[in-house]
This record gives sequence, C-alpha cells and structure tokens, in this order.
Amino acid sequence: MAKVIVLTSGKGGVGKTTSAAAIASGLALRGNRTVVIDFDVGLRNLDLIMGCERRVVFDFINVINGDAKLNQALIKDKRNDNLYIFPTSQTRDKDALKRDGVERVLNELKESFDYIVCDSPAGIEHGAITALYFADSAIITTNPEVSSVRDSDRIIGILASKSRRAEHNMEPVDVHLLLTRYSLERVKKGEMLSVEDVKEILSIPLLGVIPESESVLRASNTGIPVVFDEESPAGRAYVDAVARFLGEQREMRFVQPERRSFFRALLGRA
Amino acid sequence: MRLLDLLFPERRNSAVIARDRLKIVLAHERASRDAPDFLPALQKDLLDVVGRYVEIRGDMLRVNVGKSGDTSLLEINVEIDGAKTKPVKNGATAAAAKAAPVTRLDRGTPAPWVKPS
Repeated sequence: MAKVIVLTSGKGGVGKTTSAAAIASGLALRGNRTVVIDFDVGLRNLDLIMGCERRVVFDFINVINGDAKLNQALIKDKRNDNLYIFPTSQTRDKDALKRDGVERVLNELKESFDYIVCDSPAGIEHGAITALYFADSAIITTNPEVSSVRDSDRIIGILASKSRRAEHNMEPVDVHLLLTRYSLERVKKGEMLSVEDVKEILSIPLLGVIPESESVLRASNTGIPVVFDEESPAGRAYVDAVARFLGEQREMRFVQPERRSFFRALLGRA
Repeated sequence: MRLLDLLFPERRNSAVIARDRLKIVLAHERASRDAPDFLPALQKDLLDVVGRYVEIRGDMLRVNVGKSGDTSLLEINVEIDGAKTKPVKNGATAAAAKAAPVTRLDRGTPAPWVKPS
C-alpha cells in the first residue's frame, strides 16, 4: 500500500524542500518507487532543488484541473529510475489546490508508487493544510531555534486535529522529528538547543539530525539532492534518516563529538 | 570574560534560556489549543453569577479543562481573598429559579467537551 509522507514545519526556511528532495531521493535509492510533489503553489522550487526546472511542461494544477494527464506532468529523475518529480504551478491562485482534486491525483499516484512525498509550503494556510491533510506519515522539519520549535509544535497539533486521519477517527498520522541545520559546536558552547532539548519539548520520535553543512548549499546550487553526495555529512545523515524511516535501527551520527567516532574507528567499530 | 563566563555559566548559556522559554510558552499554547470552545462563555457566565455576591474582576476567575487519569476535569478557580461581599438580593435567587433547568449527565456519559474516541 502506497504511503503518503508530508514534509512540514510551519516555519519557512528550515529546509523542507531540501529535506523532501533528499528523503524522496533516499527512498528511491533504496529501490522504492517514489514521487515527490511540490505543494507550494505560486512559489515553485522543488524543480530547482531536484535539477529539473527546464523540463517542466505541465504541473500539479494542470492535472487537478484535467488539462493534462498525470504521465505528461510527472518528470522522471535523470539519476534514478525509481524517482519522479511532480512540479507545482506558478499561478498566484492558491485556491487552485482543491482538496477533492488532490485526493483524486493522490489515489491515481498510489497505484504506481510506493511512496508519495509531499513538500508542504510554509505557514498554516490552505496550501499547507492541503499538503498534510492526506498524510499517513509526517516528517516535522525543525531547526534548533525557538520560533521553529514553536511552529513545529503548532503543526503537530494541526496534524492531530485537522488531518484526514484525525477527521475520520483513523489511526493518527505517525509523526517524526527531523532536526536540520544542527551545529554540534554551537550546542557544546550552549548557544543552540540540543537534540535532547528539542526531543523533550516536542515529544515525538527522532528520525534524524542533519548537521549544518556546506554541501547543502552546493547541492541546491547544482540541483543535485544532497544524498547523491556521498562525501557530504548532511547527505549521510539523510541516508540514515531514510533507513530509520524504513524501520532500520541506526545510531545517530553528528550529535556526538567527532573524536568519539575516531576512537570507535580505532577499535574497529563503525 | 572567560572567567566571568565560568563564574556565571547561566549568563552565557542562551540555549538553556531558549529551552525554558519554549517550555513555558508551549505549555500555555497546548492548554488553550485543547480547550473546548465554550470555556470563554462559561467564564463570563460564572463571573456574572459570582459577581452578584462578591465584587470580582475577570482575572480572579479562571476556568480550565484538565485530565486526571481517565477523568476529564473542569477546574474553576475563584480568587475572593480580600474581595468585598455584596448584600444578597432576593432578585438573585429568583432569577436563578427562573433559569433553564440544569442538564445532568448520567455516570458513564462522556462530558460534552470530551472528544469521542
């Protein structure tokens, strides 16, 4: 059964699109047929992050309105055969994202994909609510910073009350915390909220910690999701997060001083 | 500067300040998010009733919904310490008698603000 995953945060600029691109790519790399959908109508950016901006012909709104077929709008990723990108429209009409239309398109996608990754716009308006409404799982993208944590808490509340699963008294959306732009150095100096702090405050299970990394900007500059960069600490952290999402147990990296892992390497442990 | 930081670590550690501020603000926001919609109206009515007997300001009466084990609790706190009492008028009780009959819940019936599971 296909699973709908929403990347959401409330606050903007925390790394939702970067994470959606990385996680969708990571799922595809593990052999899952995956589509990543941009729900940010009017502010299309997933195409740029995925490096397919010049291949967009039809979009999500065209398909919802019946102006194009699904297979005309889906863009096949050049790096991985399991991965498809579903760009959104640059229209300024935010209400173009009609809930019944979205449901119809998602149901059609469920027939041919294992994972449907929804990249939510910021805020708690129509677009963000539509993006999370049909979710089975939610990945709450959070920065270790007060306004981001507060907005994440608000979004967790909305998932628990306004999602389809909540409205139909179904099993609740399973929520995961993805802590991005984490700087161990600053945490150690007491300048930044720690993983433990954020986990304790939001009290949801931790999917991964993505370290602040130069490679993330390089990835967006070049339009290659960061998981394809095997040298990148952020890329490796996303690969781990995907493995955990698929049920594997993996130790959190980049949350302990590097020295420890050096000793572990000496002892012959991973 | 370093020595000062060592002597007063809390001056430096802004992450602790962030954590404590978040805990407080989120505790408030979560409570009001889960609160039933009728709380403000109930608070106003209670203020009217209590106000017939003692002089009371809005901030002296607090209404909350909480949970204790399996039981949802409607908690009403009225602060009347030092408040001036008013002479009881007959009108007050007469008005109460004319009011709509009180609906009582049988034991086992969930209170109206409890979400059906």
